[in-house]
Amino acid sequence: MKIIENVIFYNLVIFKAGVTYLSFRDHRNNLNTLAGKRINSMRLTDEEIGILNGQQGEAARIALSVLVDLGELFGAEELIQISQVHIDATLYMVEAGLEFVEKIATLGGKVAVPTSLNPSSIDLQRWKEYRVPPKILPKHKRLETAYLKMRATPTWTCAPYQNGIIPRFGEQIAWGESNAIAFANSIIGARTNRYADLMDICAAIIGKVPKFGLHLTENRKANILIQLKDFSSRMFENEAIYPLLGYLFGEMAGDQVAAIEGIPQNVKIDNLKAFSAAAASSGAVGLFHMVGITPEAQNLKMCLHGSKPENILSITPKMIENAEDRLWTVKSDALDLIVTGCPHYSPAEFIRLGKLMNGQKVHSSVIFWVFTNRSVYAWIKNNGILKDLAHAGIMVFTDGCPLQYPKETWRFQAAMTDSAKFANYCFSQRGLDAAFGAIEDCVETAVHGKICRRESPWRKK
Amino acid sequence: MEKKIKGCCVVPGIGKGKVLKTSQSVSFGGGVDPATGLVNDPRHELFNQSVAGRVLVFPFGKGSSTGSLIMLELARINKAPAAIVNVRTEPILATGPIVCKHFYGKEIPVICLDEKSFQKLQTGQNVTVNATENVIFMTNPSLP
Repeated sequence: MKIIENVIFYNLVIFKAGVTYLSFRDHRNNLNTLAGKRINSMRLTDEEIGILNGQQGEAARIALSVLVDLGELFGAEELIQISQVHIDATLYMVEAGLEFVEKIATLGGKVAVPTSLNPSSIDLQRWKEYRVPPKILPKHKRLETAYLKMRATPTWTCAPYQNGIIPRFGEQIAWGESNAIAFANSIIGARTNRYADLMDICAAIIGKVPKFGLHLTENRKANILIQLKDFSSRMFENEAIYPLLGYLFGEMAGDQVAAIEGIPQNVKIDNLKAFSAAAASSGAVGLFHMVGITPEAQNLKMCLHGSKPENILSITPKMIENAEDRLWTVKSDALDLIVTGCPHYSPAEFIRLGKLMNGQKVHSSVIFWVFTNRSVYAWIKNNGILKDLAHAGIMVFTDGCPLQYPKETWRFQAAMTDSAKFANYCFSQRGLDAAFGAIEDCVETAVHGKICRRESPWRKK
Repeated sequence: MEKKIKGCCVVPGIGKGKVLKTSQSVSFGGGVDPATGLVNDPRHELFNQSVAGRVLVFPFGKGSSTGSLIMLELARINKAPAAIVNVRTEPILATGPIVCKHFYGKEIPVICLDEKSFQKLQTGQNVTVNATENVIFMTNPSLP
């Protein structure tokens, strides 16, 4: 052990309640690094070693090499079985993404576990109505062909938790897509890290991931507590409060695991979806706890794992007002688009939208879009809601993402939405100004063709 | 005169180039144009500067999950950074270089420094990052 002398050793992994980083630290007894060179520290099975040697083909070799590298870097002791994957890298963005997916498929790569797919950029079936320029269509179709060849399930949805391949509490999974990750970890209590694009594909091919981060119980503890101060039950009657709370929560939690206390018991699953999507768009939130609501937080003590929070913060109605103002970037009451379904609309949300429209029609000066997945679309077609909405002038699309619509054929300037995630990203991704409000306000706006907004109950008169 | 900075290997490899440094976090997904390698977030202090061939020095990533895809595309068109230097590297940032290595056989070495060593690097310096050996060599430490 002579080489140890005069060599700085590095503590490679610092665990910060759910977050694993690699950083430098002078440390004299780390076995991962020896004389400046890392040696393999992960325990691999004979089968895994065989895969790395190409015994199960080139697709599996590439996929496992990537997973093992990640595991080695973040101090994982071994790989663990996962039961399912949700792949995020499903929209055509860059050529390299398409090359990667096509190569894995061509090499014979097949998903080892049930695997759902995030949205495509476009409605793959109604692409003409979605005004997709025909010249860009082949790239999307090639991506679709490659994923189907791998035997992924064509869910094309960012809300795989409402219908797709749904995990149970405590199940080890590998999901991509920020809103879905936060939902699966927090609201279901399944366990996934925030997997980057392409890592999710590798996990699907192997059916395993390195054991670190949020897969481990000790990293799921909340170390920040966020309390609601001076809220009344009346304020929760305007459901826009949930995405706004999520937006603030994400800013405050950043990449830490935080718990929020004070959410009323009558919160609906779609409110949680909106909270989760907003939180994961304003912060790198992979897991949150909602005291008395989410499964790992039946009470405060449970989500703190019996210890005290490192930090206690609060949210006030004034902060909600401020968040609402920041998401409101339109300059006048003129707009050309109303959009909902970010994340994809649920059956319950369609029922409410149908009731709110109540025979009214969308004003001729605006477009009203709703995005959902193919299953929900089939159901609303079956029960007549789709026909009612079409009669009202509302366009329902599947497969796609409203943040990826073809800019050159739609040329929108300003949009209203009930999604804090959409409002947060639409300027940087589509150059759109945003107005944010509850679905009731979106419907009023659609009917009048100009922005209508009720007084928010959290605003002081 | 040659000066050495000790670091910690995140993704092995050797990369040589001029330092481009920022104290702000960097997100490849939504922050760097995959067609040009230019920083395209108008709110970022490196706005309109190219990361191509540079030793990109920033404290930590912002963690947008599409960053790995953008980095793979930059590698494909030879516009990737020559190396990345961080204070801490999160899994999402590390994924891009790992996939580049196994898919295109291209190295984007990533190395972590402690905060004091991180301060020693300045935009414009010519450096060689040898992540495999946990070290950065500065060829003209007095510059700029």
